Amino acid sequence: MEQEFRKVSHHAILSEVQELQEEHYRLIQICATTVQEGYEILYTFGKGYDEVQVKIHTDVGEHVQSISRFFPPAWLYENEIHDLHGIEIDGITLDFRGGLYRTKEKAPFAHKEVKEGK
Amino acid sequence: MSSRSVIPFGPQHPVLPEPIHLDLVLEDERVVEAVPSIGFVHRGLESLVSKKDFKEMVYVAERICGICSFGHGFGYCDAVEHIMDIHVTERTDYLRTILFELSRMHSHILWMGLMADAFGFENLFMDTWRIREKVLDMLEAATGGRVIFSILDVGGLRRDVPDDMLKSFLPVLDDIEKELAIDIKTFLNDSAVKSRLCGVGILTPEQVETLGCCGPFLRGSGVKRDSRKLGYAAYDDIDFEIITSNDCDTYGRTFVRAYEILQSIKIIRQAISKVPSGEVMVPVKGFPQGEHMTRLEQPRGEACYYVKANGTRFLERMRVRTPTFANIPALTETLQGCDMADVPILIVAIDPCISCTER
Repeated sequence: MEQEFRKVSHHAILSEVQELQEEHYRLIQICATTVQEGYEILYTFGKGYDEVQVKIHTDVGEHVQSISRFFPPAWLYENEIHDLHGIEIDGITLDFRGGLYRTKEKAPFAHKEVKEGK
Repeated sequence: MSSRSVIPFGPQHPVLPEPIHLDLVLEDERVVEAVPSIGFVHRGLESLVSKKDFKEMVYVAERICGICSFGHGFGYCDAVEHIMDIHVTERTDYLRTILFELSRMHSHILWMGLMADAFGFENLFMDTWRIREKVLDMLEAATGGRVIFSILDVGGLRRDVPDDMLKSFLPVLDDIEKELAIDIKTFLNDSAVKSRLCGVGILTPEQVETLGCCGPFLRGSGVKRDSRKLGYAAYDDIDFEIITSNDCDTYGRTFVRAYEILQSIKIIRQAISKVPSGEVMVPVKGFPQGEHMTRLEQPRGEACYYVKANGTRFLERMRVRTPTFANIPALTETLQGCDMADVPILIVAIDPCISCTER
């Protein structure tokens, strides 16, 4: 069966997830992918055995809104994305500010500009 | 008013087989807050997609963890097979199911031993691990490996498991079932064991849903959801019930894991009786293009495998969301308000696999 990865604007992500929360979906996972022009963030939600995939694109250096006020466990995924990909996420309910992953290299999956602090 | 102190727990601790760190904020002997930090064994395996081609990545996926290696290899292969529109043979589906359930058995029995060790019942620890050896022997006979099996491949299996060998597993499973029944009785009925498990780490069904829990941690709070019901491999043709407990505590999680071992034995028996003849590998042509998310039930809970490919030998992204990672928010929740002495029990209760979590 073909899976649908629904693309939405990263400004619209909060209204999307609010709707899903009101429909009693649960958060399954959040995953970031480093692509040539920035990053893709994939959110997976589930209800029973059904799932919904929502994807946003963000440019390097652009801030993303946290969804942790709608889905509490999102704080863990968002801290992970920040620590490994260097994506700035605003409003995480439990923000470790880069201290969740104690990796030797900061943001190992980030774009070169982020690693160099530009 | 009692004073607060912060006690560091881990990354090295007798109860932790792998490193995780928790800052425990205590008021007297009571935990009021637990702040986790991870990353001590982060290996960046997912980034190897830029160096290993999509077939070599099967080996990498299996090496995410030594306990869940079969499940990781399976999840990765399943995701790639979806985007390449590869349909494996029915025999492959059945053999994958059998091997997956053997993996679940050895993982759950390993957990029982670790839990017995955590509450100080060393004989129970040794007996469960003695039984586990029999499961590892079957896996070794079938695959050639006890930890990393290297039997999975995109398109099927690298080697067949002969029907005679499958039938030789049946009396071994009978023995394991009998021997485990004694240990399970101790786990579930012994008053000393129950005093360490009952009423510890209570999470209601609403809480486990809100906190995104999965696996026995979810089902131990009465939520009837098991990703095997999605019907991958041969699970659609196998008759099995989802094990749950309404105790909503560590005892409930123990109950679920114990009965899931016995259920795995029933699933394997069914699968062995139904396994069809035929090939175990189909030809794989071209390179993957597209994206797919596979969800499956690892021993510790639902795991997600996301792959994104661009039509070349190398994938753009491989991401694994492991069950331990999903259960960390709930772990911090259960630790709030518990006694310091129960912290090791509560950590072991989620069956933490840090090497999976950090990949």
